[in-house]
Amino acid sequence: MREDYKMDTREKDIEKLKDYKYGFTTDIENIKAPKGLNKDVIKFISNIKKEPQWMLDFRLKAYERLKLLKEPNWQKPKYPKIDYQDLYYYSAPKSMKDKPKSLDELDPKLLETYKKLGIPLQEQARLNGIAVDAVFDSVSVATTFKGELTKHGIIFCSMSEAIQKHPELVKKYLGTVIPVTDHFFATLNSAVFTDGSFVYIPEGVKCPMELSTYFRINASETGQFERTLIIADKGSYVSYLEGCTAPMRDENQLHAANVELIALDDAEIKYSTVQNWYPGDENGKGGIYNFVTKRGLCKGKNSKISWTQVETGSAITWKYPSCILKGDNSIGEFYSIAITNNHQKADTGTKMIHLGKNTKSKIISKGISAGFSDMTYRGLVDINSKAKNSSNYTQCDSLLMGNKCGAHTVPYIKNKNFDSNIAHEATTSKISEDQLHYCQQRGLSSEEAVGLIVNGFCKEVLQQLPMEFAVEAQKLVGISLEGSVG
Amino acid sequence: MNEQIKIDFEKTFKTSGLSETDVNLKKKFLDKFILNGFPNRKLENWKFSDINQIIHKNIGELSFFSDYSSSNKIDTSVFIDGLEHNKIVFINGRVEKIDFSYEDDEKIKLNETSETESEIKSFNSLVDLNNAFSSKIYKISIKKDYHLKKPLVIYNTTNNKIKSKSINIRLKFELDQNSSLRLIDYNNHQSEKNFINIFYDFELKKNSILKNYKIDNDHNKNIGYSFNNINQDENSFSENFILSSGSSFFKNEINCNLNGNYSSAFVNGIISLMNDQHHEIRTSINHLVENTKSYQLIKSVLGKDSKAVYQGKIFVNSQAQKTDGYQLSKAILLDESSEFNAKPELEIYADDVKCSHGSASGSLDENSIFYLMSRGLNYRQSKELLINGFMLDVIDKITDPEVKNLVKNMIGLKE
Repeated sequence: MREDYKMDTREKDIEKLKDYKYGFTTDIENIKAPKGLNKDVIKFISNIKKEPQWMLDFRLKAYERLKLLKEPNWQKPKYPKIDYQDLYYYSAPKSMKDKPKSLDELDPKLLETYKKLGIPLQEQARLNGIAVDAVFDSVSVATTFKGELTKHGIIFCSMSEAIQKHPELVKKYLGTVIPVTDHFFATLNSAVFTDGSFVYIPEGVKCPMELSTYFRINASETGQFERTLIIADKGSYVSYLEGCTAPMRDENQLHAANVELIALDDAEIKYSTVQNWYPGDENGKGGIYNFVTKRGLCKGKNSKISWTQVETGSAITWKYPSCILKGDNSIGEFYSIAITNNHQKADTGTKMIHLGKNTKSKIISKGISAGFSDMTYRGLVDINSKAKNSSNYTQCDSLLMGNKCGAHTVPYIKNKNFDSNIAHEATTSKISEDQLHYCQQRGLSSEEAVGLIVNGFCKEVLQQLPMEFAVEAQKLVGISLEGSVG
Repeated sequence: MNEQIKIDFEKTFKTSGLSETDVNLKKKFLDKFILNGFPNRKLENWKFSDINQIIHKNIGELSFFSDYSSSNKIDTSVFIDGLEHNKIVFINGRVEKIDFSYEDDEKIKLNETSETESEIKSFNSLVDLNNAFSSKIYKISIKKDYHLKKPLVIYNTTNNKIKSKSINIRLKFELDQNSSLRLIDYNNHQSEKNFINIFYDFELKKNSILKNYKIDNDHNKNIGYSFNNINQDENSFSENFILSSGSSFFKNEINCNLNGNYSSAFVNGIISLMNDQHHEIRTSINHLVENTKSYQLIKSVLGKDSKAVYQGKIFVNSQAQKTDGYQLSKAILLDESSEFNAKPELEIYADDVKCSHGSASGSLDENSIFYLMSRGLNYRQSKELLINGFMLDVIDKITDPEVKNLVKNMIGLKE
């Protein structure tokens, strides 16, 4: 199993570290927290990051709560039990010496995928942590961007930096959307999170570019417990991109990130994700467990939060990016494409909780399952009795390829307000033979034909992605389904 | 409660005349029920309602003793007028009359049976409770090629002499090849605050037709639960219509297994509620082989303080290619305090299928009301007309003209 593999490399890492004993001044003990989850480990993490006392208290509070919580098990994809005492909760990023020296050292399969996605060589190197020519170094590019952002008063930095430099903002908003007392994985994250992004857009500012972790300086491996906090102040706008289309490999199997969005009066946040973590091999061995908690709060009047996601990777994806529509006239949107192939499993969807008056939400979900995979759309639309004149529209379509896979739709619809309207539609079908025949007749191979039809099926969601992303995502959709036809 | 239920169990079956093996089997069901108790919100099928709380609020403490030894007088005034029919009359949970006078005696077989060991495996604790306390189980078998001339009406009535607070009714039906049965469940209650638990089993053989109409229309303060388990063979057809409107609480559950090619199942329902009523329909249609079809249409009209829930599930096995499944649930909320919850679920493991569902809820369309008022109707009339039209859609799905008229008369709809 992957767990064993991970253990082995960890042991080796420690051996390697020992070799450096005399060459480096770094305190070896500080590189890695001891295995297991306890107060000392949390204090260790907080210490190494030089966090103030209130942050440590936040973590410890979460830890106390975690002891009372049980791991949920209502989800469709089941996974082997995780031993939380057998994990490392902190380890410093790998040194340059451990990383591959050139592209030749990489897995040829990975290189092939890069080629198909059209990722430039320099970019490929950067993704794998290979030192690149100074001119192309994204760090220098990022520095220019940073200047532009500072000019507008936008804060865009890592979480650890924000805790040091902007404690008043972090203190005010962290844990307000996902409280430390939330469900098991969110609480676990609150206790042990390592790093992530922090964004603050000041009043009335329209962020001049798409923000992405990609341009964040010190965006070194944030590890398995990422924490992101985005605050859009009154009348501001920001579009944030997470992840990238290139396949990502990581040796941590469990990923439990928390993402919190807060939109104040008249603000808008657009959050796009492309997730392509290692899905395991053809036989379903290995792969990442992607158990992420994403929640947005439309706190102010006329605010808007929009989630767009393209989920193609991970062995198990289990996430429900949600919107709490608290402010009057606020809008929540959710656009999703989830593709599962081979033995991948996904249980994803959204929650739209209408609390304010005249709130609107829209859900468009496209699920595609192929091979032996299993896909579930699970969503909640809850219109509170005070949410007068609200409306929701939901559409979730599933496409099946082959009779070894499954596609499920589990919507929960609660309407407590007679002024509000809810409409929900769902369909499940397969690619029609006629369409395939038509495309093939015109000279496309069966795989190209499937790619084309699936892209058409997903168009509504792909359109929501920022331009640069959309082109790559389109290719990704085709690649993810390779080997599932014929 | 557990002590009380054991005492009531002993008391009920001391004088019942059931054989020792039967009573022992019932004891097993009872033990299982005591172990699991009434279902709670943690169970997915009961996510939207807490039956313990509902019983507590509407009835208080339940007692389970059922007096199966003394007979009750039949009140003929409850019988449906203007429709010739066969009847089975339950009074206070006891069978008082079985009348198949319109039919050929030889073609209908009536057996007394008991539960089977294998049924213990079920995961429904209310069914366990039913099995533990129901008296004799009648199995009604319709012989090959026989079509009942008149519908069969099952009267489920209570009178004020009732001693128990819980009534358990159990019937089994078997429809042999090419046979057909029209079945009307008719609830009429003079006593209040009872828990009525109905469990029917249906076996539909090749080419047989079942039409089951469940009518709960007269206002009463009882809590009802009905579970239909239907197994269908090749080319069989089942139509289920539910009119859910009378009781304080009623939950109709239908579990239908489409085991034979070309079998089809239809579920149509109307929930019409007001004043603190709470009704639910839960369906589970299991498409297990190729070329099967199911269709569900549920419409709810919800007045003040009422709540309706629809939980529908279409399951498609990996062998069940060419499945056609459809679900539609619509609700009109008439008051600020009304609530509608839905969970239309699809679980699909085959690719060559056509499955879809839709769900919509909201208030009456003000534009339509305006249109009607501009043509001379007053507000109340326009509202009524729109609601009637909304419900008529479901009633039109009833394939039996006699029953269709009956239902229309019951809810006061005119052509």
